[in-house]
Amino acid sequence: MIDIKNVHKTFHTGKPNQVNAVNGVTLHIESGDFVTIVGSNGSGKTTLLDMVAGSIAPSSGSIDIDGRDVTKLRDYKRSPWIARVFQNPMNGTASDLSILDNFRLAAIRTQPKGLTIGINETFKNQVRERISTLGMGLENKIEQPMGTLSGGQRQALTLLMSVMDSCKILLLDEPTAALDPKSAQIVMKTADELIRHYRLTAILITHNLKDAFNYGSRLILMGEGQVLKDLDTNQKSALKQNDLFDWFG
Amino acid sequence: MDFYLTTLIQGLCLSAIALGIYISMKIFNIPDITTDGSYTLGAVVTAVLLTHHQPVYIILPAVIAGGAIAGAITGFIHTKLKINALLAGILVMTALYSVNLGLMGRSNIPLINVSSLFTLINVSANQNYNMFWILLGFIAVITFLVGYMLKTDFGIAMRATGNSESMIRALGVNTDRMKIIGLAIANALTALGGYLFSQVQGFTDISMGIGIVIIGLGSVIIAEAIINWRQITSVWLSLALVIAGAIIFQLVVAVTLDIGVDPIYLKAVTAVFVLLIVSLPRISLKSSG
Repeated sequence: MIDIKNVHKTFHTGKPNQVNAVNGVTLHIESGDFVTIVGSNGSGKTTLLDMVAGSIAPSSGSIDIDGRDVTKLRDYKRSPWIARVFQNPMNGTASDLSILDNFRLAAIRTQPKGLTIGINETFKNQVRERISTLGMGLENKIEQPMGTLSGGQRQALTLLMSVMDSCKILLLDEPTAALDPKSAQIVMKTADELIRHYRLTAILITHNLKDAFNYGSRLILMGEGQVLKDLDTNQKSALKQNDLFDWFG
Repeated sequence: MDFYLTTLIQGLCLSAIALGIYISMKIFNIPDITTDGSYTLGAVVTAVLLTHHQPVYIILPAVIAGGAIAGAITGFIHTKLKINALLAGILVMTALYSVNLGLMGRSNIPLINVSSLFTLINVSANQNYNMFWILLGFIAVITFLVGYMLKTDFGIAMRATGNSESMIRALGVNTDRMKIIGLAIANALTALGGYLFSQVQGFTDISMGIGIVIIGLGSVIIAEAIINWRQITSVWLSLALVIAGAIIFQLVVAVTLDIGVDPIYLKAVTAVFVLLIVSLPRISLKSSG
């Protein structure tokens, strides 16, 4: 599904503050894999994810999605495959727009946004139905601006929005970092259910080692811009939670 | 009565600019100074074509195209050349001064005794009422078109671009292109303001656009104050308030002149008035919080 070949990313090349954020990463991610990436700050995980999403271009190396070389494709052109959930709930939703408007845009992620009015009663009902699965009581508030909701509610909605249109890859960049423990749990559970239900290929970046232990079919440890450990499903299930904590010891 | 009717007529002309500024400032968060130049451009194109006896169906598209090109250039400079939006607008506005002067060939073209939009249709024997009704219809059509556009999928994507760029890019929208189109639409509306105003006042002057952006901003800020106060989310109501804002703004100017303030100080009064509307909500918030 995703083929990352010897990717490097250097910021401020040739200057005293040069940073080698990603230093030769090669990864093959199968369709349906749920990859969790852990690593300390500055280990290059977010930069790697941004390169998969297309918001940062690699300095060298190549990235293939679904057998197609997308290395030079900009982020908005990768939207037919990729949906994203950001660390900051503000980045994944538009605060001033209503929940309904946000969902409308998400529902046409892979399509051109034309000069027709797409919001009708059928669509409203579809959105209400989807939102009611969260059990947050938000289905009656779809006309409300997104900005009136809490961070946890917004992240949960962003997750739902990602599967409104056909989606193959879900990128989650510390989706629960800004949330309280309870909301974080709801968001992670929702993510896990959606990934299973829609058989998504997912990459999750997290600093929460419990989440890294509980979720995902494959676990990767990054450091200094490189893949230090790569555990497949069997190796991961053999792993004990304490072993994971020891990696950061 | 005529005094207030004139004010209303001017307010309607300027509401086209206010709609343009609403798109650039409120929807895209871009302070667009191109306005001063594109407003005059609209008036200049109108004057040049009218004096060459061109029909409305040529003049109107020409005005819209002129404004749209000016806006698109500002958008291009801002997004592709990564120049600050304010500076991009100032650059285009400055260049437009020469373009406008070049098109006119002199600094003033009178439009007396040429057939205009207002001689084309006769709904009232009274010249001023006739103007008023035509303008009202014109603005109603524009408002409908803008409102409809904002409700379409394209319009939602447009509104999201100014609100959460990371989100809308992740949802497959080229934000640079969207901003260029947005500024083109905004300046096309502004040019329409110039088209209307030159025909209302019966001449086009090279300096008629100076400071016009403040009038647009003032109108939008008046509307915004009400929108925030009443927590309005309806697109239609917001647009209606923007037009009301433009008319209120003209009323304030008219009353200022009426009570005997020297016209020399008119721009200063305008600036102070805008400052007041911007700062009053902030001051009252501070004292209560």
